[in-house]
Amino acid sequence: MNPMIRLEKIQYAKKDRTILSIPSLSITQGEILGMMGPNGAGKSTLVKILSCLQTPTSGKLYYKNEELSVSRIPLEQRRKWAVVLQQTLIFDTTVFQNVAAGLKIRRVAKSIIKEKVDYWLEQFGISHLAKKNAKLLSGGEAQRVNLARALILNPEVLYLDEPFSALDYPTKVKLLKDFKAIIKNTETTTIFVSHDVTEIQFMTDRLAILMDGKVQQIGSTADVLNNPNPYTASFIHDMSLHIE
Amino acid sequence: MDLLIEGLKKAIEMLISGDPEIFEITWLTLKVSLTAVLVSTFIGIPAGVILGLISFPGRRFVLILINIGMGLPPVVAGLWITMLLWRSGPLGSFSLLYSPFAIIMAQILVSLPIIIGLTCSAFQQIDEKMLLQIKSLGATRLQTVGLLVREVKIAILAAVIAGFGRVIAEVGAAMMVGGNIRGETRILTTSIVMEVSKGNFDVALALSFLLMSLAFFITFLLTNLQQRN
Ligand SMILES: Nc1ncnc2c1ncn2[C@@H]1O[C@H](COP(=O)(O)OP(=O)(O)OP(=O)(O)O)[C@@H](O)[C@H]1O
Ligand SMILES: [Mg+2]
Repeated sequence: MNPMIRLEKIQYAKKDRTILSIPSLSITQGEILGMMGPNGAGKSTLVKILSCLQTPTSGKLYYKNEELSVSRIPLEQRRKWAVVLQQTLIFDTTVFQNVAAGLKIRRVAKSIIKEKVDYWLEQFGISHLAKKNAKLLSGGEAQRVNLARALILNPEVLYLDEPFSALDYPTKVKLLKDFKAIIKNTETTTIFVSHDVTEIQFMTDRLAILMDGKVQQIGSTADVLNNPNPYTASFIHDMSLHIE
Repeated sequence: MDLLIEGLKKAIEMLISGDPEIFEITWLTLKVSLTAVLVSTFIGIPAGVILGLISFPGRRFVLILINIGMGLPPVVAGLWITMLLWRSGPLGSFSLLYSPFAIIMAQILVSLPIIIGLTCSAFQQIDEKMLLQIKSLGATRLQTVGLLVREVKIAILAAVIAGFGRVIAEVGAAMMVGGNIRGETRILTTSIVMEVSKGNFDVALALSFLLMSLAFFITFLLTNLQQRN
């Protein structure tokens, strides 16, 4: 097993309050790791620390067994990853330009950008919106732009923080299927945060339950959902209620 | 009432006949104001960006100075520039007082704080999450600033428009440092003051039309730029 990313003794504190405390966590190359937990458990914080958008108070981060200096991540490193943040923040320009943003930043040739953007707009069923100002999109449309904007970068690691929360059910089902196929085909290592058990069951290989800033349980998705431990039992039980 | 109608008639005659002196004054006004606004914009926007995005010791103090500067009375600006350029002053040897250059300096002094201050507040209002979003796309610092400028384009152009408004309306400083010298430093505002004091309301009216047209035209262009898309 090849760890793509490994955390060691990561702590994140804000005003004396420990928000996150993870003794160790590793994510294997090509796997989809799910992450669930109550509001305020620290999922988004962990995603931001993993993707080096936020500096932990202490601890170490390894990428392909090489330690990264968490406070100064080289740009080339960050450009290998893509992040879909929980809050969809769209640039005040067209849908096309929004999806193209990351490639433009990487100074990719215009003709290639055009080709790729067209492809990804198609994948997410938003080709007809290409010329529309992205600020005028509905929540679900904006979320699809946000996903396309990340996937177009063909990242080695993909961080997704509740990427499907605003999608209607038919769109979600279709996207989930396509999405999983894309991720599996490209062997993209993925961290996937969600509150939706169905999404988690369908998408992820392993599942971590985060509560109060700690990983209370981690294992194969089916195993965690079927055999919760004493810490996670009530959370998983309450969640399972509405699938029965 | 007669005064107004007579004045209007004469003013229109004067504008139609194309009095060369009036156009010289207008042209100088345009050159001086635009130069001042351009300089203020090129210094003010980067300064506003830095002040809005980067925290450094003493930043609040600088912000207070800038905010005071936004309301700096033009006559005070005029006084400072006059003392700076006075024969025995620090820059006296260049004999720049009573030149268009001196007017430009004074106008920069009154418009620069406005452009810095308004640009800065535009950048301070940017959602911190927008910075994260841009960072996550792998942007360099310069690229980040470029993307943010596009996000707050409307507010930045509002800053430039406000700066231009201050410059084109300003008279106290231009009078003091320019001296309203015919053919050299006479601009629209200073000549309106002079004509009114001489009781030449018709000429003053004609000049005021020109001043307003100029303000209207430039603001129109800037607003179009601002509201594009
Ligand atoms: N910048 C900050 N300053 C202070 N507290 C913060 C900050 N960022 C996060 N927190 C706190 O850290 C905790 C974890 O937040 P986080 O956003 O990671 O939760 P989450 O698991 O993603 O929750 P949700 O399911 O609601 O998205 C919360 O209690 C939050 O209030
Ligand atoms: Mg969250």
